[in-house]
Amino acid sequence: MSLLEVRNLHVAVGGDEILKGIDLQVNVGEVHSIMGPNGSGKSTLAQVLSRRETYQVTNGEVVFDGKDLLAMKPEEAACEGVFMAFQYPVEIPGISNPYFLRSALNAIRKHRGEDDMDAMDFLPMFREKLKLLEMDEKLMNRSVNEGFSGGEKKRNEILQMAVLEPKLAILDETDSGLDIDALRIVAKGVNTMRSPSRAMLVVTHYQRLLNHIVPDFVHVLVDGRIVRSGGPELALELEAKGYGWIEGQARRIMPASA
Amino acid sequence: MRTNINTIRDLAERDYKWGFVTDIEDERVPKGLNEGIIRLISAKKREPEFMLDWRLKAYRHWASLEKSQAEPKWANIKYGPIDYQKIVYYSAPKLKPALKTLDELDPEILRTYEKLGIPLAEQKMLAGVAVDAVFDSVSVATTFKEKLAELGVIFCSFSEAVQEHPELVRKYLGSVVPHTDNFFAALNAAVFTDGSFVYVPKGVRCPMELSTYFRINAAETGQFERTLIIADEGAYVSYLEGCTAPIRAENQLHAAVVELVGLDNAQIKYSTVQNWYPGDKEGLGGIYNFVTKRGKCLGVNSKISWTQVETGSAITWKYPSCILQGDNSVGEFYSVALTNNCQQADTGTKMIHLGKNTSSTIVSKGISAGHGQNTYRGMVKILKGATGARNYTQCDSLLIGDKCGAHTFPYIEVKNSTARMEHEASTSKIGEDQLFYLQQRGLKTEDAVSMIVNGFCKQVFRELPMEFAVEAQKLLGVSLEGSVG
Repeated sequence: MSLLEVRNLHVAVGGDEILKGIDLQVNVGEVHSIMGPNGSGKSTLAQVLSRRETYQVTNGEVVFDGKDLLAMKPEEAACEGVFMAFQYPVEIPGISNPYFLRSALNAIRKHRGEDDMDAMDFLPMFREKLKLLEMDEKLMNRSVNEGFSGGEKKRNEILQMAVLEPKLAILDETDSGLDIDALRIVAKGVNTMRSPSRAMLVVTHYQRLLNHIVPDFVHVLVDGRIVRSGGPELALELEAKGYGWIEGQARRIMPASA
Repeated sequence: MRTNINTIRDLAERDYKWGFVTDIEDERVPKGLNEGIIRLISAKKREPEFMLDWRLKAYRHWASLEKSQAEPKWANIKYGPIDYQKIVYYSAPKLKPALKTLDELDPEILRTYEKLGIPLAEQKMLAGVAVDAVFDSVSVATTFKEKLAELGVIFCSFSEAVQEHPELVRKYLGSVVPHTDNFFAALNAAVFTDGSFVYVPKGVRCPMELSTYFRINAAETGQFERTLIIADEGAYVSYLEGCTAPIRAENQLHAAVVELVGLDNAQIKYSTVQNWYPGDKEGLGGIYNFVTKRGKCLGVNSKISWTQVETGSAITWKYPSCILQGDNSVGEFYSVALTNNCQQADTGTKMIHLGKNTSSTIVSKGISAGHGQNTYRGMVKILKGATGARNYTQCDSLLIGDKCGAHTFPYIEVKNSTARMEHEASTSKIGEDQLFYLQQRGLKTEDAVSMIVNGFCKQVFRELPMEFAVEAQKLLGVSLEGSVG
């Protein structure tokens, strides 16, 4: 069943066209990876899908779970089940992690017409997820992301994903800034979240993350277009030959006038 | 209509039973201010001679200031001239026009009540709806008073204190804020009609937060109220003032005075939530809240803490201060001041160190939204004899939008070289990235802003008594509505 359908998506920032016609179909249960060199538009795609308003959609449509995603505000998209793990998670001083997450969870539950989850039910569930991410409970007494190391921030993103249980999880360069141990832990967290009722979009520059989170499909984004799609072996090929190889091919396929 | 009037009268009489309201019904003195009016007020209140003398002295001082147009001019606020001869300086408890049901109330106010989670009975009282149900606070208030009496704690209206405990009033009235202190303090001293009085005897720890159960009454307090709290040796008291519900008052100028006195080893904690009518979005109407609050740590090891959450009023001019006279005494000031739309606030504190090893802490959080102008003004003064004095000041401003302003005026005066001073200040803006992060997790813009602001104020909220802190958080959310997007 198709969960996300992106058709001919064009996106501009301040008049510059960044995405130049993206077509992408993601079914539930699938993990797709978007790879590409710096500046190819990977992060833009992730941000547009999570409805950041600084980007202007100039053409195309996105259907998420049967609904028009581009008509949604960020919080509506979130409540419908779109989650983005941020490349640069921000700090929220004075607000504890459990309080923040429970507020978010209850906003989503309210949207679905469900009752609030109280602290008594929330905490045991929260502790389970902490264990999964091998995170120290003491860290959770601190404010959201405040004083967290780069790795802790990324792990915290996956922890939030585990608590909010989205339908579509977008991981934006989650591997950047992670050492090998943190990478393993993050990947383990993500892998336990793989489910027949959930899809994931893993945006990454490097192949190494995909050794741990093996995608079903790999798409290569160059200059705002998906120039090649394939299975996990495509990532390995890219790793061996570099982006230059595929950029050269892309240029041959699409003349500069395009 | 007839029944309504009767109900109100019942209510007024019930108020009287609590001893919080004077026995004069629906009587007013003429507009304007002169010695005759002062004598009339004092006579109506059947005050002893010393009170009248004190009021007259204050009036004469005020009149001389008024002649030289000596309203304080240094504050960073703007307002038109106030005609002091147009104010009615004495009126008996107001009989509010009664509404039959809450449905007749401005739906905007009703919605705010609901957001704040104010119980229905209280909503009705605040809105001036004729109350038919038995108001259970009466019995609560009675048991409460009995318990306090057992411990020897005096907690009553100022008028009652003047009648019943003149010796205490005479000893401490004006001992912290003299009538010569400033223009508005002089005016208050001349004309104040009522307020609260607290005396906690030696070694007694007051077992409950004072005024909690009198919240509704507190909402009725007048234009010129006066509060005097005395904690005797080793005593402890926590006093709550104010109300989170929005209050529309008839009078634009509010000039109150609060005096606190702590003797040896005494502790006073004074918490305020102020949500007077701020005026409309264009800046029309709204209360001028010109208040003088000061505490004196008279005895050794005494401690006075001020905690305030100021979200209301068109203009706030207020500097709850501590005079640290006793050796080892401690002064604290924790403040959240929020200005939205066209509100102006010039608020802060003064910490005057006289005694040895005295210490003070100032934590001020200013939030500006809309066209709001928020000023922190603080003075830390270490006098010659204050060997080993310490001060820590933290002063943070948060801006929401690009049409508001934050201003900081710290004054530091040190006359003793052993003093240790720390001053930290920061200014930040709610960023698009912070908002987007919270929205991406499912929170609406309004809730996201509220969460960021509450996080910013946490240091202050944790100083508030628990139930007040919860209300204050909700209040900030409501006060910030419409400030973003």
